[in-house]
Amino acid sequence: MLVDRKPPVTARFYLIEIIKGLFITLKNMFFARKVTIQYPEERRNYSDRFRGLHYIKAVNGVENCTACMLCPTVCPAECIHIEAGERADKEKYPIKFQVDVLRCCFCGMCEEACPKDAIKLSTIYEMTQSSRTVYDKDMLMVQRGSK
Amino acid sequence: MLEFDTLTMIIKVVGVLVLLLQVVPIMVWVERRGSALMQNRLGPNRVGPLGLIQSLADAVKFIFKEDPIPGNVNAFYYVIAPLVALVPAFMTFAVIPFANDITVHGHVLHFQLAQLNVGMLYVFSVASLGVYGIIMAGWASNSKYALFGSLRSSSQMISYELSMGLSVIGIIMTFSSLELGPIVVGQTQPAFTGLTHVFPALANVPFLAHIPKWGIFVQPLGFLIFLTAVFAETNRLPFDLPEGESEIVAGYHLEYGAMKFALFFMAEYTNMFIASAMLTTLFLGGWHAPGLPALLDLVGATGAFREWLRVTFEILTFLLKTSFFLWFFVWVRWTLPRFRYDQLMNFGWKVMLPLALINIFATGALIYYGVL
Repeated sequence: MLVDRKPPVTARFYLIEIIKGLFITLKNMFFARKVTIQYPEERRNYSDRFRGLHYIKAVNGVENCTACMLCPTVCPAECIHIEAGERADKEKYPIKFQVDVLRCCFCGMCEEACPKDAIKLSTIYEMTQSSRTVYDKDMLMVQRGSK
Repeated sequence: MLEFDTLTMIIKVVGVLVLLLQVVPIMVWVERRGSALMQNRLGPNRVGPLGLIQSLADAVKFIFKEDPIPGNVNAFYYVIAPLVALVPAFMTFAVIPFANDITVHGHVLHFQLAQLNVGMLYVFSVASLGVYGIIMAGWASNSKYALFGSLRSSSQMISYELSMGLSVIGIIMTFSSLELGPIVVGQTQPAFTGLTHVFPALANVPFLAHIPKWGIFVQPLGFLIFLTAVFAETNRLPFDLPEGESEIVAGYHLEYGAMKFALFFMAEYTNMFIASAMLTTLFLGGWHAPGLPALLDLVGATGAFREWLRVTFEILTFLLKTSFFLWFFVWVRWTLPRFRYDQLMNFGWKVMLPLALINIFATGALIYYGVL
């Protein structure tokens, strides 16, 4: 049943309600905590599981990657390009390791698939560049972020 | 002496014009920072100290932007509309007194651009010209939403201009003048001499004799009606139906860009300033500051120095009161939601108009019985 409930007379008079509302506004203006994060100086705290820019983990300056091709296989965006080669000690290693960051969807499947813990996603989310940077092996081997 | 009058007039005109042009960027800043703080944000705080220069940066951006004329518009009216909206906003300030007269070398110097004996009528007629700019903009834009906006603006204008005009009749009756100068001078008198004369028992109420005869004390109902109507007149929330971002995109200035849009913006804020100045002049005693003579006595100022000090304080008082109302506009805007169209019309015709008429009759009766 549709019931027509009229607000009390004081509310229908409206003026008192307006004045109350005005003071609620003032209260918010002076006493409420401001939620703005002033970006370049202040940063939002992301979770450690945040999936940002890739890097290749290295031990003693040698990359963990053995060019097993699991990550380009699992990659849904097909953005990892690896060319395998052989080191003097007969160990397989990537001659070329490029990530096409524009295609990458940051799903983290490569990180999951990697048996050697070589490719990882850092917490870096600022990926603007002032030049046409290729995300190649040298670039990716610099450890960034907290992971 | 002609030279004296000409010179002082030029100084006054330039001063007022500079003041009016300064109001816009400062008010835009106040609006943006104020609204941000009310919504628990911070607002623009990067350009200059506290973000004060932000408005100037925006103005520079507006000036250097491409200024296209859309293909489907009527180019002549499209271009002329922002000017038609802006010019009346600047014209209205001519009759508003911002300090009491001063005598310099035997000449009376009025702090008012024009001593118009029909000042009140002038203000209302020129202020309602502003809506022509909005109607022209909506019509010339050849766009549905713009036309809706301007239609809303004109109907709103008709329903609120009426109660606005009627609400100040009480003030005109109380001070027996249409000229704004004498109205302000009248407000410097004590308010309730007539009341205490009719009801001698009230004479012992403390401080009653010290209350000045400001419009807000002798015409509280007229003040409320005028205040509400002014919000509709300046197209500010809760009566911003011509703009109504969430309903009709941006209303009448939908098709405008660059400096032409900025002119509409300037017109809105200048109108706000004029409305605040009118509210101050009619209902808050204009330049009248109670206790100013006592303060001047305390400082011990005499002669010409005292007079100029008085004028300075009066201008400051006027600006302070005006800026309170400017702030009030911002404050209300970020508190109240927009009225629905039928609510607006109902309120205008069924509440405001009868109240304004009642106010006139009540004022007449009070004057007849010698209370006012």
